Order: sequence, then structure tokens, then C-alpha cells
Amino acid sequence: MKKYTYTEKKDTRSGFGAGLLELGRTNPDVVALCADLTGSLKMDAFEKEFPNRFFQVGIAEANMIGIAAGMTIGGKIPFTGTFANFSTGRVYDQIRQSVAYSDKNVKICASHAGITLGEDGATHQILEDIGMMRMLPGMVVINPCDYNQTKAATIAIAKHHGPVYLRFGRPVVPVFTDAKQVFEIGKAVMLNEGVDVSIFATGHLVWKALEACEILESKGINAEIINIHTIKPLDEAAVLRSVRKTGCAVSAEEHQIHGGLGDAIANVLSRNFPAPLEYVAVNDSFGESGTPEQLMKKYGLEAENIVHAAEAALKRKKQEFSHS
Amino acid sequence: MRSTEELKKIASQVRRDIIRQVHNANSGHPGGSLGCADFLVGLYFGILNHQPSKFSMDAKNEDLFFLSNGHISPLWYSVLARSGYFDVKELSTFRLINSRLQGHPATHEKLPGIRVASGSLGQGISVAIGAALTKKLNGEKNTVYCLCGDGEMEEGQIWEAAMYAGAKKVDNLIVTVDVNLQQIDGSVDHVMPYGDLRPKFESFGWDVLNMDGNDMQQVVDTLLNAKSRTGKGKPVAILMKTEMGQGVDFMMHSHKWHGVAPNAEQTKTALAQLEETLGDF
Repeated sequence: MKKYTYTEKKDTRSGFGAGLLELGRTNPDVVALCADLTGSLKMDAFEKEFPNRFFQVGIAEANMIGIAAGMTIGGKIPFTGTFANFSTGRVYDQIRQSVAYSDKNVKICASHAGITLGEDGATHQILEDIGMMRMLPGMVVINPCDYNQTKAATIAIAKHHGPVYLRFGRPVVPVFTDAKQVFEIGKAVMLNEGVDVSIFATGHLVWKALEACEILESKGINAEIINIHTIKPLDEAAVLRSVRKTGCAVSAEEHQIHGGLGDAIANVLSRNFPAPLEYVAVNDSFGESGTPEQLMKKYGLEAENIVHAAEAALKRKKQEFSHS
Repeated sequence: MRSTEELKKIASQVRRDIIRQVHNANSGHPGGSLGCADFLVGLYFGILNHQPSKFSMDAKNEDLFFLSNGHISPLWYSVLARSGYFDVKELSTFRLINSRLQGHPATHEKLPGIRVASGSLGQGISVAIGAALTKKLNGEKNTVYCLCGDGEMEEGQIWEAAMYAGAKKVDNLIVTVDVNLQQIDGSVDHVMPYGDLRPKFESFGWDVLNMDGNDMQQVVDTLLNAKSRTGKGKPVAILMKTEMGQGVDFMMHSHKWHGVAPNAEQTKTALAQLEETLGDF
């Protein structure tokens, strides 16, 4: 397989902070709003350099979303920042009516998504956000995999007119994508070409999928690894091209089994090319306190879980979908 | 500027439009619409600096109005049409399939004059604050207006917005609260006796005015007074006493006509009380 290496680990939220700062310097219409989590969201550099374009709204997320919607009238491009939980579930109706239905150019930027938020526990570990956001008509949903890709995505969404949900996280993860990459919304990234099974991963699970790929290779299984950084609009052509070749698939995400990347893939496959699909996701439960490493292991989001899912998909391909 | 008499004539036509739209759709909210008719006519035809024939979403160098209590849409649609945002004939499509005049205001069908959807309550002041902040960033000297209902004051987001606007001195913002003392389940004092609004807004740093929203002269005078108070470090709130159903005797003094359409006979009785001044749609 293609070898991926990294020299450092960084948090994806810092990629967002770096991207936002660069946008501040290059696009005077970009403004930022935060609900009392400026440090956690890495928005402090933007605040320091552009105090007149930074709006501290306090612990009032509903108001923040409404203000962001209003700020688009007159040409501003607002980036809101808070934890993923407070960026989605808490303000779903505000996003639905004032942003999505009203086609407002608001970028909802959400950190600490998923269980890797860690010790704060399930109240803060939202695992339903991708599902909620991808159900909204017109909403773009992006979950980049590392620091460089999150920075590139942050810059790219400023050029896209319309509401965007950008999801990233707290823990440090390997930085392996190109620092000079151009982020294309809705375009899947081929990481390793294979013929036996297609593995579609998003966010923190992309690196885990690459680790799984190595293990599978040692077992004689040639896996295709595709980074789905944009869950909506989904690169359906890339999904179908891959599964038509391999005949089975695995989805991997730090999200509930319901409503996320796996369901998006299942939707495409069931309508176009029915094939076995195994999910690597949190199995319809809330998270809990613990270190990110402990939680990823306990909730089945490790490379070994992707390996088992790939083997299960392969087995089903041979048993259930043998068309010969 | 139009005289008070002229504004009253427009308001009479707008009230006819409200009754006829709601009757035609057999659905809609006549009570609050009739109550706020004098205010919205006074604002759009007497105060607002806007360009109805050249609608643009960004509204550079124009005043802005946001309707937070979106259910009084038949009033807003009539005022927008009579202002020249779109043909008054389109009022006949209110709430019907394939119409731009949705049950609650929306941008999705691209109806000129509307810049954000409303209907789910409590969101308008936040949006108005955002638009007011952008006006400031752009160096525009315009005023941003918002209308809310008094039942709507029960929504938590209202107070998030009230806190922000006062604390951050959003002083190009005028919010009017329609104090008709009624909501769906009865009087506001029955549903949620939250007491006087004035000290609540004042404690958050707002400049608060009162007016009789069914006295056209007072509406215009108070709006001018409110405008003169902008730019002085405080957002302005106008507590506007209105009568739900104002202008149609059998719809007044009750919450029953909040969201009920009049039948043919009731429509005839209502229209007989409202002079046709600009021609029905």
C-alpha cells in the first residue's frame, strides 16, 4: 500500500484557528463570533489581530446563530465557534429557520466533536451532529481528518456561498495531508487504491483507516481507503466507482451509527449498487468520561475495529452477494 | 412625508387586505395583523428609508425591518405590496400552493422585501442585531427595526438578544413589542404573568418608550422620537399597546381571532367596517 508518514501530531481545532486567521488577513468580509470558548476554538489569534471583526456573544448560542444570520445581510461572512454540541443540538431550530431555510452564508464551526472530547463526558460528546446537519436542505457538512486539511477546509468554505457545518476536534492526531492542499468541497480523496474492500472514513477515523489498511495488507487483503471529508454533498460517484470495483464497503466515523457517514453511504449503495456495508461507529449509545484513547477503544473506533468490519464485509460479499 | 390622514387611509386598505387574504386562504392570523397595521403602515410609509422597487438582500444604505412574530404575515405582505415590493394581485395567493406568500415569511421563494424567515418565535431580535452590526462595520448610518409579540417575550432567546444589544451598545436598533396582552391560550397574564417589560429592558441597558400603537399620530411621533435616540449608546425599545383585531369590532377584546379565518358572512361584516381607499387586490 501507499505509505503515509507524519512528523507531528496536532489538533484539528488548531487547523481551524490557523485557517481563520489567514482568512482574516485575506478576506475583509470574514467576521467571527464565539460563545465564551475563544481559547478552546483557537480563535484567540483572530480576536487579537481583528478585534473589530470578532464578536464575543457570551454563553448564548441561540443568539449567536441569529446574529450570524443577520450579519450576512450586507455581505459579511460570519464564522461561529463553539463546541459541536452547542453548535448543533442546542441551536437546531435557529440554524434551521434563520440560517438554512433562509439560505444565509453562515459557517458553523464546531470543535470537540465526538467522544475524543474525553473527560467532560457524554453531556459534551455529541455523536448526532452529522446526522442533524446533513438532514437540513442546502447544508454542507465537512469533517476534515487532520490539521492541514482542517485549515484548508476553513479557507475553502469562505468561498462557498451558503450554510456550512465544519466539524473538528480536540485531540492531537497525525498530520499527514499536504500543507499546501487545495480543499475541494464534495470531492472524496483517494488515499490507497485496492480491490478487495472499500473503506470510507471521515475525520479522526481516516488515520485509523490507514492503520487498518496496513493490518489488512499483512493478512493478504487489499483495501481501498477513501477520505470522505465532505459528508454532504457526498461524492457519490467516488463511492460507487470504488464499490463497483471492490463489491463491499466499510464506513468509519466518530459518530452515532444512525444518521452519519455510514447512513449516507448506505443510501447511495441501496439506490444504485446494493453491496454489503459494515459500520464502524458508536452503536446507539451515549459516551462517558475517560481519556480519548480509552474511549475510542471502548466504543469500538480503533483500527482493529475497522479490520474486523472489513473482514465481515468481505465474508458477506462472498456469501450473500455472490452473483456468479 | 405623508400626512397622518393619508397613513390612516393606507392602514384601512391594509386591514381590508388582511381580512381578504385570510378569508381567501381560509387560514392565517388576522388578530395580531389588524392590531399592528397602524404601526407597520406608519413605519413603511412614514419613516423607513428603503427602496421597494430595487430590492436587494444586502440593502446597502437602506433601513431594515425584521418581523420576528412571523405569523402576522398577511399584514406584512399587504404593506410590502402596497409599498411597491411586488404586485398587490399576488396577495390573492397567500398561503396557497406554489405561492411566494408562505404562511410565515420566507426568503426561499424569493419574495422581495423579506430577508430572513420567521415564524418559530424568538429569533428576530438576534437577526436584527446581526444586521445592525454589519451596518456599523460597513459605516452605514441606517436604522434596523424589529417587531416582536408580547407572548414572544416568553422565549429565552429574546433575553439573550436583549442582554447582548444592551451590553454591546447596539444603538442603531429599534425593537417594538406589540403589547396586545393576548396569546393563543388566553391572556398573557393568564399564560405567563411576567410583569412589566419596561424595567426588564431598562435593566439590560435599553432606552424604553411607550406608545399607543393604534393611534397613527402617536405611532409616527414615537418612531421619530425613537430614531432621534439612536446613536447614543443604547438600543431603543418601544412598548406598543395595541388592540388585537383593531378595526373589526367582533375581532376585538379577545384572543379568539389569533389564528382563525373569518367565513364569508364574517368577512362581509368586517369589510363593511373598513373603507376601501386604494382598491382591493
